[in-house]
Amino acid sequence: MNALFIGLATVLILSILFLLFRIQSLVTIVKGSHQKVGLSNKVNGALMLIVPIILLALTVWYSPIAAKNFLPVASEHGIVTDRLFWISITVVSIMFLITNAGLFWFAYRYQYKEGRQASFFHDNTRLEVFWTIVPAVIMALLVFFGWKAWSDIMTEPPKEAVKIEIMGKQFAWQVRYPGKDKEFGNHDFRLIDDVAGNEFGIDFEDAKSEDDFLARELYIPKGQPVLFKIRARDVLHSVFAPHFRVKMDAVPGMPTHFHFVPNVTTEEMRTKLNNPNFNYELACTEVCGRGHFAMKFTIIVVEPEEYNKWMAEQTPFLENNPQFKGKGLSDLRKKNLAKKKSAKESKEQASL
Amino acid sequence: MATETNLTQGVSLDHHHDDHGHEHHEESFISKYIFSEDHKMIGKQFLITGIIWAFLGGAMSVIFRLQLGFPDMELTFLKPFLGHWLDSAGKLDPNYYLALVTMHGTIMVFFVLTAGLSGTFSNFLIPLQIGARDMASGFMNMLSYWFFFAASVVMFSSLFLDTGPAMGGWVVYPPLSALPEAIPGSGAGMTYWLISMALFIISTLLGGINYITTVINMRTKGLSFSRLPLTIWAFFLTAIIGLLSFPVLFAAALLLIFDRSFGTSFYLSEIYMNGEPLHNQGGSAILYQHLFWFLGHPEVYIVLLPALGITSEIIATNSRKPIFGYRAMIGSMIGIAVLSFIVWAHHMFVTGMNPFLGSIFMFLTLIIAVPSAVKAFNYITTLWRGNIIFTPAMLFSIGLVSVFISGGVTGIILGNNALDIQLHDTYFVVAHFHIVMGSASFFGFMAGVYHWFPKMFGRMMDEKLGYIHFWLTFIGIYLVFFPMHYIGIAGFPRRYYSHTSFDAFSTFTDLNMFISVAAIVTFLGQTTFAFNFIWSIFRGRIAPENPWNSNTLEWTTPRLPGHGNWPGKIPHVYRWPYDYSKPNADKDGFTDFIPQHIPLSQTPHSNLEHENEIMNDQYVEDDLKINEQK
Repeated sequence: MNALFIGLATVLILSILFLLFRIQSLVTIVKGSHQKVGLSNKVNGALMLIVPIILLALTVWYSPIAAKNFLPVASEHGIVTDRLFWISITVVSIMFLITNAGLFWFAYRYQYKEGRQASFFHDNTRLEVFWTIVPAVIMALLVFFGWKAWSDIMTEPPKEAVKIEIMGKQFAWQVRYPGKDKEFGNHDFRLIDDVAGNEFGIDFEDAKSEDDFLARELYIPKGQPVLFKIRARDVLHSVFAPHFRVKMDAVPGMPTHFHFVPNVTTEEMRTKLNNPNFNYELACTEVCGRGHFAMKFTIIVVEPEEYNKWMAEQTPFLENNPQFKGKGLSDLRKKNLAKKKSAKESKEQASL
Repeated sequence: MATETNLTQGVSLDHHHDDHGHEHHEESFISKYIFSEDHKMIGKQFLITGIIWAFLGGAMSVIFRLQLGFPDMELTFLKPFLGHWLDSAGKLDPNYYLALVTMHGTIMVFFVLTAGLSGTFSNFLIPLQIGARDMASGFMNMLSYWFFFAASVVMFSSLFLDTGPAMGGWVVYPPLSALPEAIPGSGAGMTYWLISMALFIISTLLGGINYITTVINMRTKGLSFSRLPLTIWAFFLTAIIGLLSFPVLFAAALLLIFDRSFGTSFYLSEIYMNGEPLHNQGGSAILYQHLFWFLGHPEVYIVLLPALGITSEIIATNSRKPIFGYRAMIGSMIGIAVLSFIVWAHHMFVTGMNPFLGSIFMFLTLIIAVPSAVKAFNYITTLWRGNIIFTPAMLFSIGLVSVFISGGVTGIILGNNALDIQLHDTYFVVAHFHIVMGSASFFGFMAGVYHWFPKMFGRMMDEKLGYIHFWLTFIGIYLVFFPMHYIGIAGFPRRYYSHTSFDAFSTFTDLNMFISVAAIVTFLGQTTFAFNFIWSIFRGRIAPENPWNSNTLEWTTPRLPGHGNWPGKIPHVYRWPYDYSKPNADKDGFTDFIPQHIPLSQTPHSNLEHENEIMNDQYVEDDLKINEQK
């Protein structure tokens, strides 16, 4: 019944609109007003001023409200890029306002007037050189500062950096620490075995892997360089730690990395935001499938002493999973050879 | 009345209004409307297919905006359309959310703004504005449309597959798009996508070769490149860009087909999927991205340049002023066309690409802002001291300049790789390209339809409905896409089914709701256009030959130009297309415009000094001929 009423109402409204349209167009034809530029032009001209002003007012009103939701910055390079961002926003907003103001003001100011002749002004080399050079100079400045910031961020990672491996998979992040020796054991995707529990494909023949451990939360020390070694084991993912202004794709078959210095601990941020439940988060920003929107991992920034304490408390993966001891690539090779051999034998038997 | 007589001079001596195509045989329905080789009919075919796709692509965005704005809403009432894309609780399935996003992007970028825009207006306008009877190859032109149609059919049918259409985003990055185990859409849906794109690329190449050949070889006498309307310059450069970049996408797609079906490893390496390692090693997922964006970035200008060309023409006509800086406009377009090929990797700053390479691409990217800025300034100066008539086409053109600037300036931010680290793949990017590429090109598309409708269908569209359509769209576009900047600055990633899994992205629920409502209203507002378009084809006011008092050659044809476009001789061209409001034109018997085909000898009072010189050398012979004919 409801659907019927809605349907009827829609038909009614549409027919009224249609009638209005017909009356309007017939009146236009009878009056012959389509042959001259009339009231509509004035209305449109006025709207050329009114609409942009309303939109601008909305922007001015809403921007401070929206700004409350912008994420606070918690890394050293983030302070630089944030500052550059807001400087750039200011510069481009000025450009935006000047040009749009010109556009709409001229549209309003020079709307059709009977008897006025438009000027035959179509070339002015000086003017054109001027507005080629001005944007070029502004662009050059922005490029220069951007390039400086970029080069400072993308340097070779410092030797003393805290190394952490982040691996993306459908649909979770996994994190490995190198342990006391500060060196990761080798890994190979052929060693990955979800059922047995070696989700990283760590090669346990490599002695460096013996003290590696996995973590459920990403602990990093404040004020020290941290190096994310990033990889993926199925499809593309992208490490995004929004508070630290960190983003880097995780690519299967091509390890990437990003290093930065966190400068606000989780506790400090909680006090600052007055939110006892606050946590830094790690998200995925490269579409990776069904669960893309929920690849959350928690990052915890602590003071270096606390970090060391936490590190000392962790037990190596191998200690928790002793069955993997000594299992690695050569072991896999042996197994594969045996498999091949038996396959060959059974094939031969079948052909006999 | 002086203009009226002048209009027809040098065009045709016998002026039959409705007797079009009298040099040709009667055509059957099929050869006239379906397998037509007439560029005008092919243009209309592209137009109508493009409009249908636009509504479909728009409707898809409405559905995922419902999900984003009202995540708790039950969509059961959409069950007849969405079927098993909804789960039993009436919620959109996350996989199908991605399918909608992917299809929306693919359809809008390729089918609407490439085929719909460039296909329509390049086909319709190139022969008419350069004074040619048809395209260089009518047959290839016909094939171009039908390949596009086939691509459309394949893409459309992929929507009905059991495993759904492609779901990997419109960029379809492998390995996600290569492995059916990774997402259902990478099964048959992705195969359909690749076949459809291959057909589409063939269509684009067939069209492009035709446009280029026609512009180079078939210009009428006197129409040098330095007198071409800016529309033709834009279509010409667009075709060149397309011809050079689309084959690269074809290569990328081909390699992807190999990886998917024949076990090669161009893009795949070290993958563990479904409990076992895959055999692929040594491939590079980044290689695909380079190949894709080598087309993908020029593609932005493939959709934008025609819109800018259309705008140049419409703004000049309706300001009753010559376009400001004609040569600078051509120069900037050439600059943009060249630079568009060497900026592609700015889409890949955070893929792990060499940081030094990142710096190079930042420099190149920000250089491209300069010619774009010059174009914007020139449009604004064209309005200055004009005598502006706000036709719907003019409104959309002014709207285009506004969104071109608004979206362009955020490009300066995103092109800066230090800032792109945070903003990459967030809603800031979504806002940026929907404004600068989506909206600007869409506005150009609409402007073109309103402006050339009278020549296409011989009738006028209703202006008042056009005004309503423009203001709804203009306000709507800003209300939908401008707030996305805020969401992007707050770090919200794009292609998220829902943002509430993260504390950081749990804000802005009210703003997302607002955007969704604005999007739905804007979408519904487009029905004013659909109605106006269909109604006016059949019942619109009969159009005069030159309703906008414009200078270019297409307005010298009869109301409904037949096969061959001009019933008599093809007009010759004696001047550039922007002689609007020329001083002293009234002394020569003209009002505020002097069409391109009027010989300089007829306008002794208004000729500029250099025009008098040209006339004395070059045109004496021509004028003699015309006088003989009289």
